[in-house]
Amino acid sequence: MIKSKDPKMTTPILRMDNISKRFGGVQALKNVSFDVFPKDVLGIIGPNGSGKTTIVNCITGFIKPTSGNVFFKGRDITGRPPHKIADMGVTRTFQVMRPYYSLPAYKNLVIPLFSPRAKRTGGWGGGGNLGNRQTIAIDILEDIGFERDSYIPFKKTSTLPTGYLKRLELARCLALKPEIIICDEVFSGLSMSEIASMVPLIERLQDEGITIIMIEHRLRELFQVANRVMVLNFGEKLIEGNPVDVMADKQVKEAYFGSEEVEEVMTYA
Amino acid sequence: MSWRELSYLTLPRFILIAGMLSLPFLVPGMYWQRVISIVCIYAILALSFDFLAHYVGLVSLGGAFFIGTGGYIAGILNSYFSVPPFLTVPLAAIIGGVVCTLLLLPCLPLKGVYFAIVTLMYPLFMARIIEAFNIFGGTDGLVGIDSFSSSFAEQYFVICMVLIFLFGLRRFVTTDRGLIFTAIMDNDQAVRASGINITRYKALAVFIASSMGCMAGACLTHIYMWSGISQFALDFSILPIAATVIGGSGSLVGPILGCLILVPVSELLRDFGTLRIVFYALILVGFILFKSGGIMEFGQRKYEQFERWTKI
Amino acid sequence: MEILVYGTINSVSLALMGLGFAMIYGISRVPNFAHGALYIICGFVTWTLFYKLGLPYFLAIILSLGVNGILGMLMYRFILIRVRGMNISEIIASYAIGLAILESLRYGGFRGMNYTLPVFMEGSLMIGNVPVDFHRLIMMVTGILLVAGLWVFTHHTRIGLALQGMAQDERAALMLGIDSDFMAMLAMGFGAVLAGVAATLILPLGNIVVESGYSVLIMSIAVCIVGGLGSWMGAFFAAFIIGYAQILTVVFIGSHFQMVVALLAIILTLILKPSGLFGHQKELEERV
Repeated sequence: MIKSKDPKMTTPILRMDNISKRFGGVQALKNVSFDVFPKDVLGIIGPNGSGKTTIVNCITGFIKPTSGNVFFKGRDITGRPPHKIADMGVTRTFQVMRPYYSLPAYKNLVIPLFSPRAKRTGGWGGGGNLGNRQTIAIDILEDIGFERDSYIPFKKTSTLPTGYLKRLELARCLALKPEIIICDEVFSGLSMSEIASMVPLIERLQDEGITIIMIEHRLRELFQVANRVMVLNFGEKLIEGNPVDVMADKQVKEAYFGSEEVEEVMTYA
Repeated sequence: MSWRELSYLTLPRFILIAGMLSLPFLVPGMYWQRVISIVCIYAILALSFDFLAHYVGLVSLGGAFFIGTGGYIAGILNSYFSVPPFLTVPLAAIIGGVVCTLLLLPCLPLKGVYFAIVTLMYPLFMARIIEAFNIFGGTDGLVGIDSFSSSFAEQYFVICMVLIFLFGLRRFVTTDRGLIFTAIMDNDQAVRASGINITRYKALAVFIASSMGCMAGACLTHIYMWSGISQFALDFSILPIAATVIGGSGSLVGPILGCLILVPVSELLRDFGTLRIVFYALILVGFILFKSGGIMEFGQRKYEQFERWTKI
Repeated sequence: MEILVYGTINSVSLALMGLGFAMIYGISRVPNFAHGALYIICGFVTWTLFYKLGLPYFLAIILSLGVNGILGMLMYRFILIRVRGMNISEIIASYAIGLAILESLRYGGFRGMNYTLPVFMEGSLMIGNVPVDFHRLIMMVTGILLVAGLWVFTHHTRIGLALQGMAQDERAALMLGIDSDFMAMLAMGFGAVLAGVAATLILPLGNIVVESGYSVLIMSIAVCIVGGLGSWMGAFFAAFIIGYAQILTVVFIGSHFQMVVALLAIILTLILKPSGLFGHQKELEERV
């Protein structure tokens, strides 16, 4: 199902302007520019090593780009510290998951609830007062799909299966009431049924007004939710646009499958 | 809950509190009573080390820095400004805490190694600077400082401080806010991605630990009625670490146990001069290599096994 | 002119001190807080071999360098290897060993100002209008040759390249068949030998005092932080910066400020550019 973006929204909520990043001798990103519009679901795809996670790190402040700028709602946020960027509403998940393994699951969420942004945007139930953080944490978990009235939120995080952990990562972002969530390979490591239950969650988040950027390898699932797709290869942007058009593009096929006998390889629908 | 279960849970704590509070009565002679005070001072320092190292992930190799700073501030307040002891101690704790935190601030955003290095060096620097510039009494130190009103007051004050800090810290690290420290230690990228300024929390932790240390230093000044360069000595840096490792790192009670063992032993070994330090260092290494959980971990395991005894 | 000469001498001696620490950290990522102890113990061993046992001076030096190397390797093999990777314990363990060595030397009777080592060559010559004794000249030349030699070694020999590989990316080096523990042991032995070389060159200029073990540790760490933890070329340049700064303050302000300069250098570096001059910005660019 491909959602069309609202034709009235023409000011980008996030703009990347000629971002380049060098790590010593390696050029990880080269003049990457793109715009993200509010309520978009943008997919960033590309072979391994094409710089996808580096882009996320540049946007969210974990890495300073060598050159170029990142604009969020018109403000230049290039190179600002990660916690300030999260404070503005740009959140991310981690490809290598980073929950607090030794704590019970719901306590993972108590921590973001201490951030200034959580205090500003009010508790999950609205209003300015946060109240009991632990209750709010459990509410968030229920919202995101942990079964109600079960013992799962109280289990030690290291014992949870991957599907729950991925949702926990998303929940960590949601606790901040974000405007943008950048999901770094949130479908990876999940079984087919787990992914099938994640897709409605992502759609629901989009309906609630959150802009989502997804870095993914699982293209079929990605195309169920994304309305725009951008392809990176060796740190450069190859093409961006509608998923169908992008996958039909010859350069993209070469990037994924190599340049020989490209016509014989199946394309994704 | 049955009496048995209740006592199983609370008995160790009662024994600890009752034991510590009755120490001044159990111990013979002025000399050993002073040792109790010294044990408590080291215990406060060791508590602060354990808190920083195992709940926040910052290894402080220079407890002497806190003791010396607190000690000198108390000494200066008392000797130049005639502030009485019951005021100098809290003042030294707070002012010292602020000073130490500011001085340690540059290395907080960085990897743990830097914190260790800087804390290692500060006491050595301070000692040399005071010596070289001959300020604050130079090598002779500040003399003629008031002491506590009585020897009981002195001992009970420090014993109560130890107990307050122990239970206070234990409570604090289990609260939600205390969780943030553990999170920072586990996974600081995730904490930053959650919109929290890590440096601020680390600074808070350092402030707490350094205030504790400075308070201990201030007490030390008043106990010996003197404040001098030896307050920056290596003893204060290494003994808390040894006590923590031996007693059980991470448990917050372990450091106190460790001090209760090591300080009297060190008094007994006083004749051996600096060989004491060799002794602590070797025991420290031994424990790190072989029994890194310390006595508390061993003790806790045994205690839990004890609960499961059934009569056949 | 004086400043130039004394500055260079001071800088080279700082560089010599810092090299050992930089090498060990650079290759095995173990901060060797026993560095100062290794420095002093080499001096004392040389002294004992030379004065007590009457061995020829150069033989004493070679033997004590060997002892240092073995000591370093043993330290790694038996103690540090067990705490490898646990940052807190590594630091505490190496610090404790250093303390144990230094304080037992102090206890064992090496107190006071009586212990000296003879200089390599008596006499002096004039550079410009500054008298420079031969030993200091030898130290300078040896120091510079050593750094140059190290550069060649790490860039052009197999073992040197292996060590560099380990310094840059340990896992990759492991996959290529380079045994990380063995290399770390070699690195520690090598670093200990470098500490000994520094001791051999510098100690004859003064007395052997246990206190200087701590000073050397502080100076080496200062040099390594300013140069960037992990880069021995950085340490070399940092030594020059700190060395000249120290001499300048001695000339213009007063001679007590040497320590303060080192401290300020560290704090400034941590505030302005934490990774030092040539350091790898690992803490900022950790791959997430």
